[in-house]
Amino acid sequence: MLRSLAIISLLIMGGVFIYVIEDMPPIGNPENPPHVHVVPRYIEKAEEETGVPNIVTAILANYRGYDTLGETTVIFTAGVSVMILFQRWNK
Amino acid sequence: MSEKMVESVVARTISRIIIPFIQLYGIYVITHGESSPGGGFQGGVILGTSIILFGIVFSLNTTKKWISKKILILFMSLGLLIYSGIGAIDMLFGGKYLEYGKLPLPLHSPEMSALSILMVEIGIGLCVMSTITLLFIFLAGEKSGTRMDSWEI
Amino acid sequence: MRRVELEWIVGRYNYLIFIALALIGFYAMIAKKNLIKKIIGMNIFQTAIFLFYISMADIEGRKAPILVPGVEEYVNPLPHVLILTAIVVCVSTTAVALSLIVKIYQKFGSIEEDEIMEMMK
Repeated sequence: MLRSLAIISLLIMGGVFIYVIEDMPPIGNPENPPHVHVVPRYIEKAEEETGVPNIVTAILANYRGYDTLGETTVIFTAGVSVMILFQRWNK
Repeated sequence: MSEKMVESVVARTISRIIIPFIQLYGIYVITHGESSPGGGFQGGVILGTSIILFGIVFSLNTTKKWISKKILILFMSLGLLIYSGIGAIDMLFGGKYLEYGKLPLPLHSPEMSALSILMVEIGIGLCVMSTITLLFIFLAGEKSGTRMDSWEI
Repeated sequence: MRRVELEWIVGRYNYLIFIALALIGFYAMIAKKNLIKKIIGMNIFQTAIFLFYISMADIEGRKAPILVPGVEEYVNPLPHVLILTAIVVCVSTTAVALSLIVKIYQKFGSIEEDEIMEMMK
C-alpha cells in the first residue's frame, strides 16, 4: 500500500514539474534572469576591490564571507555530532 | 579484527610512495585558491583523503599512532577560530565584522584583502581536513557485530 | 497539449534530466525499506538539485570565471558559489545520518524499517 501511494505522489510531482518547465528559459541565453541583476557588477569590480583573479573565491570569501563562516560552522557541527554519538564514557 | 589482515605488497608500496605527493597537491590547491580553481574546501578534502588512504591500506591502529585524535580535534577548532578571529580582529581596529582592510599593516586595500582571503582559506582547509578524517576514524573504529542491551551511549 | 518540437527539447534538456534524477531519488527515499537505501536516495536527490543550479549558470561561448588578460566574457560565477556551500551541507548530513544508522544497528540488530517498528512495539 505504501508503494502505490509512493507511485501516485511521484506521478503528481512529475506532472507539476513538467507543467512548470514551460516557463523556464532555454539555457545558454545571456539575457536570462540569473545573469542580469547582480553578477555584472561582481565581474567588473572583483579585481580592483579584492585583488584576487579567481571570481568564485572572491565572492565566496569577500562579498559573501559571512555565509562561508556559517558553512564552516556546519561542517564543524557535523564533526562534533559524530564525536558525541561514538564517545564511550569509561565507567 | 586481528592484525593479520594486511593489504598486498603492491598496495602498501604504492601508497607509501604516493601519499606525500597527494599532501603536496592538497596544500597547493589551498594556497593557490586565488589564481586557479580551488580554495579551502577542495584542498581540505584532498588533504583528508591522503590520511584516509593511509588508514585503509595500513591498519587503523597505525594511523592512530601517526596522528592522534587529540591533534585532529585541536586542528578542527583552530581552523574555525582562525576564521572568526580574523573577523573579530577587524572589529578591534575600527571596522565592521569581517571588513578586510582595517588591519594595521602598511598595505593598500586590494592586497590587504588578498592576504586576509589567504588566511581564511588556510583556516577553512584545516577545519575540513580534520573533520573528514575524524568522520572516517570514528565510523571505521566501531567493532562489527556488537549489540548493546541497554541505553549506554 | 502543445507540439513538442526538437528545438524546445534541445534548449531545455537539462530540466528533463533534473526531473528524472529527482523522481528517482524521491522514490528511493520513501518506498524502500532498508535505511541505507533511503540515505542513498537522499543523496541522489541532492545531486539532482546541484545539477539544476549549475546547468542554469552556463552562457554560450564564454569562458571560465578566472580573470585572464585577453578574455572579456565570463560565465556566471554565482551559482557555483552557492553549490559549494550546498555540497558541504550534503556531506555533513550524510555523515550524521550514517552514524545514526550505526547506532540503530547496535541497539536493534537490524536495519530494515518494518523489523525495527515491530521491535519497538
